Amino acid sequence: MTTLSKDLAASRQFISANDAVSYGVRLCRPEVIAAYPITPQTTVVEKLSEFVANQEMDCQYVNVESEHSAMAACLGAALMGCRTFTASSSQGLLYMCEMLHYVSGSRLPIVMMNANRTVAAPWNIYGDHRDSIAMRDAGWLQLYVESAQEALDTVIQAYKVAENHQVMTPVMVCLDGFVLTHTYEVVKVPSQAEVDRFLPPYAPTENRLDLAAPKSCCISVSPEWQTEYRYKQHAAMQAAKKIIGDVDAAFGAQFGRRYGGLLEEYRCEDAEYVLLMMGTIAGTARLVVDKLREGGVKAGLVKIRSFRPFPREEIVRLAQGVKGIGIVDRDISFGYEGALGTEVKGAVQGAAPAINFIAGLSGRDVTKDNIEAMYRKVIDLARGQAEEEIQFVGLRWEQW
Amino acid sequence: MQKPSINHSFQYPGSIGEMPSGPCADAGVLVEANAGWRVFRPVLDAAKCVKCLKCWLICPDGAIDRSGKDYAIDYAFCKGCGICAYECPTKSIRMEKEGDDVE
Amino acid sequence: MVNVRDLPERELLYGHKACPGCAAGTVARLILKVTGERTFLAYPASCLSTVTSIYPQMAFAVPSFTAPFAATGAVLSGMAAAVKAKKMQDVTVLGIAGDGGTADIGLQAVSGAVERGDRILYVCYDNEAYMNTGIQRSSLTPYGAATTTSPAGKAGGAIGEKKFKKNLFEIMVAHRIPYCATASVANIADLLGKVAKAKDTDGPSFLHIHAPCPTGWGFAAERTMEIARLAVESGLWFLAEYQDGRVTLNYRPKEFIPVREYLKTQKRFRHLGPAEWNVIEEQRDREWAVISGRWEPAGREKA
Ligand SMILES: Cc1ncc(C[n+]2csc(CCOP(=O)(O)OP(=O)(O)O)c2C)c(N)n1
Ligand code: SF4
Ligand code: SF4
Ligand code: SF4
Ligand SMILES: [Mg+2]
Repeated sequence: MTTLSKDLAASRQFISANDAVSYGVRLCRPEVIAAYPITPQTTVVEKLSEFVANQEMDCQYVNVESEHSAMAACLGAALMGCRTFTASSSQGLLYMCEMLHYVSGSRLPIVMMNANRTVAAPWNIYGDHRDSIAMRDAGWLQLYVESAQEALDTVIQAYKVAENHQVMTPVMVCLDGFVLTHTYEVVKVPSQAEVDRFLPPYAPTENRLDLAAPKSCCISVSPEWQTEYRYKQHAAMQAAKKIIGDVDAAFGAQFGRRYGGLLEEYRCEDAEYVLLMMGTIAGTARLVVDKLREGGVKAGLVKIRSFRPFPREEIVRLAQGVKGIGIVDRDISFGYEGALGTEVKGAVQGAAPAINFIAGLSGRDVTKDNIEAMYRKVIDLARGQAEEEIQFVGLRWEQW
Repeated sequence: MQKPSINHSFQYPGSIGEMPSGPCADAGVLVEANAGWRVFRPVLDAAKCVKCLKCWLICPDGAIDRSGKDYAIDYAFCKGCGICAYECPTKSIRMEKEGDDVE
Repeated sequence: MVNVRDLPERELLYGHKACPGCAAGTVARLILKVTGERTFLAYPASCLSTVTSIYPQMAFAVPSFTAPFAATGAVLSGMAAAVKAKKMQDVTVLGIAGDGGTADIGLQAVSGAVERGDRILYVCYDNEAYMNTGIQRSSLTPYGAATTTSPAGKAGGAIGEKKFKKNLFEIMVAHRIPYCATASVANIADLLGKVAKAKDTDGPSFLHIHAPCPTGWGFAAERTMEIARLAVESGLWFLAEYQDGRVTLNYRPKEFIPVREYLKTQKRFRHLGPAEWNVIEEQRDREWAVISGRWEPAGREKA
């Protein structure tokens, strides 16, 4: 591995989560980056192209003409054995949709960042999870983070998970648009040497373009073989459950920070009323849990980090002995319910009564009061009061 | 004949573990012939052939072999399109109706 | 120029499942003969993918992969970036795509790749319709051709494709691409020479190759090269190249043969009569007036 003169030393920096992602990516030494700008992802790719221009990264930066091409360029480079990165958001992520499926089916460990932003129409550049949730079945691991530090650290973990030969599946690191991507905090940036120790260079499998051992890749397979390939994709995702935890633990051992692997529990040990959510809402919700606890309410929260693979077993275990559950979705599957709601309810199978809260759509603020009200409703439901199963939090003209 | 040939020892994977890590396969591996597609077979008259290379160049299937003393046709992969016969400047290739004896 | 005697005997495309007489087969295998074993190949969803890489029969002997239909240009950019990242020497990053995959859904990606200046060789084999999905029209389907989505109809009013073929070559020239050419299986020496030039170009290069399709056009398989010749001789296909900022016309028939001699060989044009032949001939003459005015004839001294 070449040591650039500008190899990072460990530091503490006051930076945005987007910058934290850029530093995380830089430390992972991708060989090819291809990206297309979209708010609120832009500053990530701007920063990375700056790193490359300054020769602080030894990397080919490909300015593509669309997100479809961004992911296609990553596909081409990954097939050639390169570590790659891209980032997108919202309309851009949807524009990539075909490629997302293609990359996961091709079993290439590409890592991307998604700045979660809602999807037009109506147009809006602010955050919710409707973009990445729409890509739920694209075969990517989806990791949702809460802070800039977690974002940086998760990017590093993501490569380690994706490139594990039992996984060989791409990873999408999801950050709430603006509330996280554009918020500044003090972030510990590890040194290049430390990250090199954690993350060795990418070692592709035989599934690649190699002059010495020519393969035909991304081939067509008949119905007689398709099922087996799909089974393998599923098995890889299942295997990733353990590996996400292992990698998080190893990261914790080396860097002193860990995030719970698939999910993080907060004050759940004896909790009777639990709210489950993804991303930054958890930050606010923690404060509400503390307040409720002070008032004698046994509240807890679960921050789901890994939406795919989905931590079913962990959630089933958590639901034992819980009196009521609230699932907070920053998305809605029109005509049914929120996606997280479906997953969680499917997992716990009625072990506790549940309400699916649709909140924080298109950047709508989810306040402490909102969250406290959610807990109150879950408590009411547990006590036998009638509650709507799906509720739009803070809906205008309704009592919240 | 210097042509890629059918890999008779090709084996499908016997378990999930034996499958490749992604949807890929060894390049240039042929497991079956295209001979059955033929209705007519080109027959090359070496005595008339001036080895101009034309048929060798234009055959869509690359089935003309020029490695031996005389040009020959790889009947395992010739599809009998007749282009070689049609284009041969010396009329050295004629198309004959396939018999029932073909593989 | 390529000395055909020097071309390697080894077939890098073999055992494919294209229809008998498929010119795309000839095009792909000849290109690989020139680019050689050190070629990384991408080809999108098309006839070419369907006939070469259905497990387990793998007809390409070089490292290759099927790209998404729209993505050929972009995957080539990624591969070219990888070549730089891995500091590989003496390799060719090659894309071979159909007319649909190039001039329609893939146009944005190929434009991007060319504009970026990546060292790639992009080949469009033009069979003038979406053959793989069952002969639907593309923007390179010529006027009057019946396809499954531009049918001739039964009422007598429809003439098949109603628009003239898009000039893909000029689109590429407009990119000021380092090297770009049209070619045809009708003229193998010309084609091979252009592939060699493209391969040696330090930057993007593009070849647009006329590739008759017996199945989609409706002619006997043995006539593939003949049909390609008739297209050139009737002026409905031209051989040209763009290099060092100027376009050269490589071949100009002394006298065009009547277009009907080309059109009457194929079922896709069989519903046409003198009125449509006339329209086609007039359009051809307009095109050639432009070509003759703008492009240099072969052989003229370069300034
Ligand atoms: C995004 C997308 N849209 C449509 C298709 C279906 N499709 C596959 S190949 C093809 C036509 C290919 O036409 P062309 O590029 O001209 O190649 P040909 O088959 O004629 O050789 C189409 C429409 C696809 N694979 N992907
Ligand atoms: S085209 Fe005819 S003369 Fe030329 S090499 Fe082939 S068989 Fe011989
Ligand atoms: S008949 Fe067609 S496939 Fe067979 S050798 Fe002649 S040109 Fe090739
Ligand atoms: S349909 Fe046409 S282009 Fe496609 S394989 Fe058949 S002959 Fe070739
Ligand atoms: Mg076509």
